[in-house]
Amino acid sequence: MNALFRTLALGAIAAASATQASAGALTLESWRTDDKALWDTVLLPAFTKAHPGITVKFLPTASPEYNSVVSARLASGSAGDIIACRPFDVSLDLYKKGRLDKLNGDPVLANFPDAAKVAWQTDDGRDTYCVPVASVIHGFFYNKKVFADLGLKPPATEPEFFAALDKVKAAGKVVPLALGTADQWDTSQVVFTGIGPNYWKGEEGRKALIEGKAKFTDPQFVAVWQTMTKWPAYMAKGYQAQTYGDSQTLFASGKAAVFPAGSWDIAFFQKEGGLDFGAFPPPVRKAGDPCYISDHADIGMGINSASKNKADAKVFLDWIGSQEFAELYTNKATGFFSLSKFPIDVQNPVAKQMVGWRAQCKSTIRLNAQVMSRGEPSMENELWNVNSQVLNLKMTPQAAAARIEGGYEKWHKTAP
Amino acid sequence: MKQKSGWHVLVFLAPAVLVYTAFSAWPLLATLRLSLYGTDDTGAVSFAGLANFHRLLFEDHWFGAFRNAMVNNLEFFAINSLVQNPIALLLAALLSLRGVRGATAYRTVLFLPTLLSVVIIGFTWQLILSPLWGVTEKLMTAIGLGDWFGPWLGQESTALTTVSLISVWQFVGIPMMLIYAALIAIPDEIVEAAAVEGAGPWRIFWQIRLPLILPTLGLVNILTFVGNFNAFDLIYAVKGALAGPNFSTDLLGTLFYRTFFGYQSEMGSATMGAALATLKILVILVGVGLYFFAIQRRLQRFAL
Repeated sequence: MNALFRTLALGAIAAASATQASAGALTLESWRTDDKALWDTVLLPAFTKAHPGITVKFLPTASPEYNSVVSARLASGSAGDIIACRPFDVSLDLYKKGRLDKLNGDPVLANFPDAAKVAWQTDDGRDTYCVPVASVIHGFFYNKKVFADLGLKPPATEPEFFAALDKVKAAGKVVPLALGTADQWDTSQVVFTGIGPNYWKGEEGRKALIEGKAKFTDPQFVAVWQTMTKWPAYMAKGYQAQTYGDSQTLFASGKAAVFPAGSWDIAFFQKEGGLDFGAFPPPVRKAGDPCYISDHADIGMGINSASKNKADAKVFLDWIGSQEFAELYTNKATGFFSLSKFPIDVQNPVAKQMVGWRAQCKSTIRLNAQVMSRGEPSMENELWNVNSQVLNLKMTPQAAAARIEGGYEKWHKTAP
Repeated sequence: MKQKSGWHVLVFLAPAVLVYTAFSAWPLLATLRLSLYGTDDTGAVSFAGLANFHRLLFEDHWFGAFRNAMVNNLEFFAINSLVQNPIALLLAALLSLRGVRGATAYRTVLFLPTLLSVVIIGFTWQLILSPLWGVTEKLMTAIGLGDWFGPWLGQESTALTTVSLISVWQFVGIPMMLIYAALIAIPDEIVEAAAVEGAGPWRIFWQIRLPLILPTLGLVNILTFVGNFNAFDLIYAVKGALAGPNFSTDLLGTLFYRTFFGYQSEMGSATMGAALATLKILVILVGVGLYFFAIQRRLQRFAL
């Protein structure tokens, strides 16, 4: 009994000291498990150096579980002080439930353009609840050696794109297109919303869908799925069981010519090493067409409204919105681009190339990120499924369009 | 003799009752209760009667998903009980034969997959069956069956069967051990008497040993049924929570996971999840009940 009592007492002391230690100590929730080392060795030490009184602990949760885990932790009051915010509806839901603090009028927000802030604002744009951190850009990577051997140039238009793939296929040495449908998400986020903006004219098409002025069954959307049905001919045999990891490995080992990618992959292929690769933006449909890129606001950061240490959390958020952080993050978290207005010198050549597209092409975000995925059935999940089936040649472009439009119309009421 | 106080009964029962109540009965009842509530946009929970069940059973996309998961689950169970359990019986019968060399080693090896983490099993089989670097295609080509190979885990028509067979491979050890234990519990005298009467090994198996282990086979089937209708981990490890392609590997467990916890931009709903869990409990209850009424009750038991 004595031993038990002692244990209890020790436990109580430990708990008490834990609470005490929380003064000046922050916890940061994130889904970027890959970035743990970066935060622990580069970013957080830089912050602590500038703010010696505050220590921050980076606490990542695996991406597929992050939304549910953080939502549960926030509900039970055990979440960290700073919450990495998913763009649009996921964080909006948290804000509506009162889990995130309002940041309206915070001076740090002045460092960001409106287009970046919209991902973490209420629909009417009145309340802002997260500081924008970074975006990712979609495009294609190509193996420079394979292209040089066959005398190919990065394609600018779709006919050139398919001509290049044809040539690679005819040469028969490597797989033309490293892509599989087993994981499903890449067929939607990388392929459909990656190449689509050239068809639906970026923001114009996206807003038309939200406002009810366009339908998924309209030609500018169906045509994307039609183009996708041409891709399987260039993918590896058995691509239906090929995961995203398989595709990455295929391209990293030099066994594929083109990889439909996001800028976050730069870091992966650099770590693998030995691969000389470049990037090209999604090809336009015909020469002279204006180009659009998916430049997707991906990460923001907000304050847990139940945090016991909001003053320090605020200091941390101010630093997240600073030029120092913007530069560090853009150049250390390669492939994630700061959303701030600060002019940043991107050092990595491929990342620099990709961020350069912002000057040539018009930026848009992933088609369904705002508003469209908040109903039932969830359009995000539907798109994963439908896009994989189109690439598996199990669903026609028309059926895909009808399915997505049908699910959307079930709950989406456009303002009269 | 009449006991005056039954306190020792209480003391001995207490640990089991407390643990069972705290970790099984109470959560179960709480789930049943929660299924009658609804959640609004602000996260507030209020009583909603049977609204969740109405949505699950009468709204197209909910019922479609539920029916799909239910049908897949029945197929998953059918493959498990028709492939796993006969194989387990065969292996157990072989292992229980006298004088099988290395029986212990076989027993251990066959049981090993059961002990492995499902993540490892999922990953290993994905690699084995991978059309890019898997060993399967090469092996099949070597014996002239190369044309029969396909990306089985990625095709709508074959994915569920493939995952079911992986599950069979993983769990065949458990029914095998149960049946094996029942077989070696049969007294030698009975088998010897049959042999003296002139029965051959084939007849001894079918007419002596099999009837004696029928209750165990029944138990194995029930365990398979309950296990299969609670299955989740293997599908999640191999195909992810969306259980593709086109939800062809979606089981009640993965559907429940998406409903309760949410997935990607789809918000989870504890109350809808609880309603689905309640239906799942009902399905298992009805299945087990039917089995006990229709079959287990009629099985003859022999005192050995």
